[in-house]
Amino acid sequence: MSKVGKRIQARTRPACERVKDFNEVELVINEEEAIREAARDIKYCVAPCMNRGCPVNVEIPTMLKLVSQGKIKEAYESLITRTPVPSITGRVCQQEVQCEGSCVLDRLGEPIAIGAIEKFVGDWALENGIEVAVSSQKKGKSVAVVGSGPAGIVVASELQRAGYDVTVFEAFHEPGGVLTYGIPEFRLPKRIVRREFEKLKNIGVKLELGAVIGTTYTVDELLKNFNAVFLGVGAGRPMFLNAPGENYANIYTANEFLTRVNLMKSYKFPEYDTPLHIGRKVAVIGAGNTAMDAARSALRLGAETYIIYRRGRAEMTGRAVEVHHAEEEGVKFMFYSSPSEFLAADGINVSGIKIMKMKPGEPDRTGRPRPVPTGEIVNFDVDMVITAIGFYPNPLIPGMTPGLKTDDHGRVVVDLEGRTSISGVYAGGDIVTGESTVIEAMGWGRRVAKTINRDLSRT
Amino acid sequence: MIEDFLKMHGKCYYSTTANPCIGGTVLDIAREGTILEKEELTTNIYEMKLYAPKIARAAHAGQFMLLMVDEKGERVPMTMVDWDSTQGWIDIVYQEVGTTTIKLTGHGVGDRLFYVAGPLGKPSRVGKFGRVVVIGGGVGVPAVYPIARTLKLQGNYVVSIIGAKTSNALVYEEKMKEVSDELIVTTDDGSRGLKGFTSDALRGLLLNGQEFNAMWSVGPTLMMKACSDVAAGKIPNSFASLNSLMVCGVGMCGACRVTVKDKILLTCVDGPEFISYDVNWKELAIRLKSYMREETVSLEMLRGADKL
Repeated sequence: MSKVGKRIQARTRPACERVKDFNEVELVINEEEAIREAARDIKYCVAPCMNRGCPVNVEIPTMLKLVSQGKIKEAYESLITRTPVPSITGRVCQQEVQCEGSCVLDRLGEPIAIGAIEKFVGDWALENGIEVAVSSQKKGKSVAVVGSGPAGIVVASELQRAGYDVTVFEAFHEPGGVLTYGIPEFRLPKRIVRREFEKLKNIGVKLELGAVIGTTYTVDELLKNFNAVFLGVGAGRPMFLNAPGENYANIYTANEFLTRVNLMKSYKFPEYDTPLHIGRKVAVIGAGNTAMDAARSALRLGAETYIIYRRGRAEMTGRAVEVHHAEEEGVKFMFYSSPSEFLAADGINVSGIKIMKMKPGEPDRTGRPRPVPTGEIVNFDVDMVITAIGFYPNPLIPGMTPGLKTDDHGRVVVDLEGRTSISGVYAGGDIVTGESTVIEAMGWGRRVAKTINRDLSRT
Repeated sequence: MIEDFLKMHGKCYYSTTANPCIGGTVLDIAREGTILEKEELTTNIYEMKLYAPKIARAAHAGQFMLLMVDEKGERVPMTMVDWDSTQGWIDIVYQEVGTTTIKLTGHGVGDRLFYVAGPLGKPSRVGKFGRVVVIGGGVGVPAVYPIARTLKLQGNYVVSIIGAKTSNALVYEEKMKEVSDELIVTTDDGSRGLKGFTSDALRGLLLNGQEFNAMWSVGPTLMMKACSDVAAGKIPNSFASLNSLMVCGVGMCGACRVTVKDKILLTCVDGPEFISYDVNWKELAIRLKSYMREETVSLEMLRGADKL
């Protein structure tokens, strides 16, 4: 180990223990550990973590300096100028390719555990009830935020703090978007999401649940009642394989499976009313983060779980640490395997998959070897399937909003600063990019909040 | 109850005029989902009037809403049977069949449901067709009622066929009569009206040389399929409102997917009304059977809890 010291290891619950419940896998470090880890920061560092690594440019050197001095409250105040929800971003960001991936210490030894420190600071602030400062200067203007996911949270927080009156509209009965329905409890406890929303309410953000924009209120109606409208409705419409038999019972999209488990708490059925079929042997199709979340959830429900992927191990799109956790917990991987048909012995419930074995071919558009069918087909017996092959942007609002320009993929078209084709309507996050990460959506939120503030200050 | 309720809480309806309540005042949201009236129409079939101004103000025939009875409840779709945008209420009719509906019946006037959302789905494609036939079965009769009413208002000649297992299970006969030019009643056992299914009555009409430019059917999957098969080649436009299982209701989970003309569509946002000739009925029936085992477990638990 080099002179830069050894990186703190956040305690991870042993795989054999954590697969039995939905409690958080990685435990939060304590204050003493955070201070010690933050003190590893080197002087005169050019902070590539902040400038190149972080989509929202968190002032990481400042945070580390303050934490190393034990000034946790000040560190939190610095953090929330860039990410309003450090307890969430500290948990779900891909630090290994972002801040920690660009850390200078990564080359000298081990990168600083920025994510673990951020999570500690965020949780510390929640536990100690640290209030967020709001501008005393009221702007006298209102903003409607549609969707309470990552992009919406940032826009709501930034604009309310800047003195606007913000109302967040959410279709579901719980706020948080993908943080609530998508990311499982064991990666992001829902009490954290709820507490972050309590904080938003404390600074004056209004939240209206059960409001489906497009039908309950149209965008046009919102425009008549608010000075600006932000669309952050995400990419939630699941893609289908379009393979024969895909609609047999017990074949779920990852979104349905995760929504049942996370939002509806089906894992506590029948205490909670929403049922879920619990398979003995489950195949998850796909190898992204959503697939890992689905596979690890299925595992916790007691199923023998397989990831079925048409490409190879190196091409998986899931975060390395999630893949590692999944493997550690006992998820099995089948590479170069592509489902060609789903079978149901009783004509109702899925009982097996016909899998076409693939092999790597020439590189495709993404630069990865294109999977090519070998002609060999194997039958694989399962009693439940979860498809996790990607999402389209939510079509509900574009479909109900004449004049809102979208591209061929259904994404809302915006200029570089987040303005849509309708004056006063802005958009950001997955509805604009297609499919991305929580922190990328938050980056959009920051950008668009600035634009809205600038545009509304002019009028 | 409605009048008292409105007197008590004042009138803060959602409107699009100046200084509206859009965005929700605290009061409005606190009252949304309150049960204003509850009536048992016949054994096990209930009508409920809910205070839901923001849904009522935007409702159209053929759309539905979602409700959760309590925090641990399911998200359940309910067809809106009637509504009043100025008074801010919607009516739903349901049959007590499982955990959610039993819990719903356990709530009375003045109680507030945990969550309501809507309107959802696309409005029915009603319009000026001329001679139309409207078919409802079981609790599908109230569900098809707003469609029949709109068709009648639009100046169509409305022939309605409504059916149930027995006379005791038949609801909304009077209401359907009001909005129909002709009304035919069928029961499986012949205890009221014609003996047989609604599809038999439809076949009879067509055999008699009656012609229709459009048909709507709402009811059990088997009934809608049977009617669609009878109408095929004889009625140019045939619409069916599907009863797929749902979770999200807003097009992101795919639970309610259905194959229509070889394309996977979502009942909640692409429907619930589809051209009946294009629907893969067999698949819909399969998917409706997904949770039979779990539903029994849930019911047993609920009944067990009652005994304690």
